[in-house]
Amino acid sequence: MLDKTAEKRKNIISFVCVLAFLILVLILDQVIKPTSKMFMLLTVLQKGSVYALAAVSMNLLNGFTGLFSLGHAGFMLIGAYTYAIFTIPDKARDVVYQYYDASVRFSIPEKLGNSMGPFGTVLGVVIAVLLAGLAAAIFAYLIGLPVLRLKSDYLAIATLGFAEIIRAVFQWSKLGPVTNGSNLLKSFERTSTFKGVLFGMKLKFATFVPVLIATVSITLIVLLVNSTYGRAFKAIRDDEIAAEAMGINLAKHKMISFVTSSFFAGVAGASMAMVLSIAQASNFKSAMTYEILLMVVLGGIGSISGSVIGSMLFVAASEWWLRGLDSGTFLGINAPGVFRNGFRLVVFSVIIMVVVLFFRKGIMGDRELTDVIAGWKAKSKNKKGVTDHE
Amino acid sequence: MNTMQTVLPYVISGISVGGQYALIAIGYTMVYGILRLINFAHGDVFMVAGLLMVYLAAALPIYLAIPIVIALTVLLAFIIERVAYKPLRTAPRMSVMISAIGVSYLLQNLALYITGGLNKNYPSIPWISDQITVFGMATTRVTVITPFLTIILVVILVYLINHTKIGMAMRAVSRDFETSQLMGIKIDAVISVTFIIGSFLAAIGSLLYFSNYPGVVPTSGGMPGLKAFVAAVFGGIGSIPGAVIGAFIIGICESIIKGLDTILITGGAITEQIGLATFSDAFTFVLLIIILVFKPTGLFGEKSTDKV
Repeated sequence: MLDKTAEKRKNIISFVCVLAFLILVLILDQVIKPTSKMFMLLTVLQKGSVYALAAVSMNLLNGFTGLFSLGHAGFMLIGAYTYAIFTIPDKARDVVYQYYDASVRFSIPEKLGNSMGPFGTVLGVVIAVLLAGLAAAIFAYLIGLPVLRLKSDYLAIATLGFAEIIRAVFQWSKLGPVTNGSNLLKSFERTSTFKGVLFGMKLKFATFVPVLIATVSITLIVLLVNSTYGRAFKAIRDDEIAAEAMGINLAKHKMISFVTSSFFAGVAGASMAMVLSIAQASNFKSAMTYEILLMVVLGGIGSISGSVIGSMLFVAASEWWLRGLDSGTFLGINAPGVFRNGFRLVVFSVIIMVVVLFFRKGIMGDRELTDVIAGWKAKSKNKKGVTDHE
Repeated sequence: MNTMQTVLPYVISGISVGGQYALIAIGYTMVYGILRLINFAHGDVFMVAGLLMVYLAAALPIYLAIPIVIALTVLLAFIIERVAYKPLRTAPRMSVMISAIGVSYLLQNLALYITGGLNKNYPSIPWISDQITVFGMATTRVTVITPFLTIILVVILVYLINHTKIGMAMRAVSRDFETSQLMGIKIDAVISVTFIIGSFLAAIGSLLYFSNYPGVVPTSGGMPGLKAFVAAVFGGIGSIPGAVIGAFIIGICESIIKGLDTILITGGAITEQIGLATFSDAFTFVLLIIILVFKPTGLFGEKSTDKV
């Protein structure tokens, strides 16, 4: 329906917007001081981009392929641990593994940094992030072999189960030399260590790096969704039997979707480890999967921009805007009896329930931001209502 | 003989835990049988029952507190069904499941707010919390009572389902939602009764379960809830005897794995602790995946085929 040139123009505009956003983030990273009130914005951007990537990768599976999987926390755990294990510097290794004799004794960024300078360090971090994704993808492939044959709820509960098993295995004391048992991993390459001198300027990349990782990954997912594979995924979602009759190889496409989704979940896990500067198995409970799922729902199942908006709003609301509900004063109302620890989350979960019950489509439904903007344009041109395709 | 004596306490406590899981699992399996919904909030209703007991037992005598706890738990489940699931009756199944996850999130956060995240000590209920000696080992009376109480309740429930009018309506609804509606069955009433029975059993399960544990925290419901659900799937979802058998198997396996290090050391298979207890929770899911791969409908489940 859209002609090629219009499509091309849309792509260029999107690309320019994304680039401008990245530059803006890079500038904000330098300008906002940790003491400033706006520093919260950076925290939200950091955590928000981690969750945005996690939510988009879950949406690829739940929203686009119709595979209701609840194993995301497990894959993020694998990503976080893989990243952390391969980036702890030699010197810190024994302090981190205080109860065990560490068996992995090399840090990729450090090794490459020693031989190739700062560029090597950056390359090392990139390799570690890719490894994190790969590790999650390999696990996903192995898990997918038996599990993807299951349908709807059974798939949900089996993936949830696998996430729990992964968590137990990583906490097992016998694997302590690799995973540090139930103790946390720290001192690895993290956002607060991402600093550099470029053209004589001291630059911080604490927010830029997670945002960049999320942007690149989400772009890749968008490309996948718009490819023939993406169309096959949607066909499977809409009607499995019809899709099979049309010659789509169900097992193959489900596996591709599952493995890709897990790859990016692993990357999100690595990015989360960077942002939080720790990796601990006990953080990756099923509650985390539920939270990511709620972000997807908030944004709209089947909309990538919706997932990004949903998770940014989720993080901003829970980390920033509703903070006052926990600490006594909110919107100028001072009621320490009511506004005490935990009230924020209660208000927040009520909001989510309202969305789930009354705005079932979430913020974006299954539309993308570009569709919405195109809709506005058409509206202002024609001065009449746009038909809302459902 | 020595090994036997080491294993026995674990088996006995396993049977007891299994009975408690069974009481929760029935709630899952009945709701799933009728609504095709994994009621993720069920485990949290169980946790709320525990918290209600903590607060009510502090204010009221215990013989008043117990019935009020059960009544309030039932009321809570009824309200959840009416507010969070009923409006979504015609929505896709995924929406209802998400709503259930949302309710679970809400209940946990509410509990976190009210308790301040602290561990609340569970009151000791007289008589059932007493120490007794069975087969030469000390345990609490609740451990011994649980399996018997569970079986009595299940027998009553099965009778109710097979021989009463409402039971017949339940079976009809679980077989075919729309046709039973056409036959004049009041679906909403049947669903409400299902939730009431499920939460009633969960409330009793929580009385027994928490009596064996030091306290209640907002996340207390999560794990037992998941395990009970696995038990329901294991036994064949929709089948009550299946759920009970599944729950006992899971309870016993879990308890034995908790003590497997000690058992193996006594048996001479290994010489030092190797931390297998870490897998006591994970094993439940291993069992789940094995059963789902080899017999996806569970032990007693009925096979269903996809129609275009």
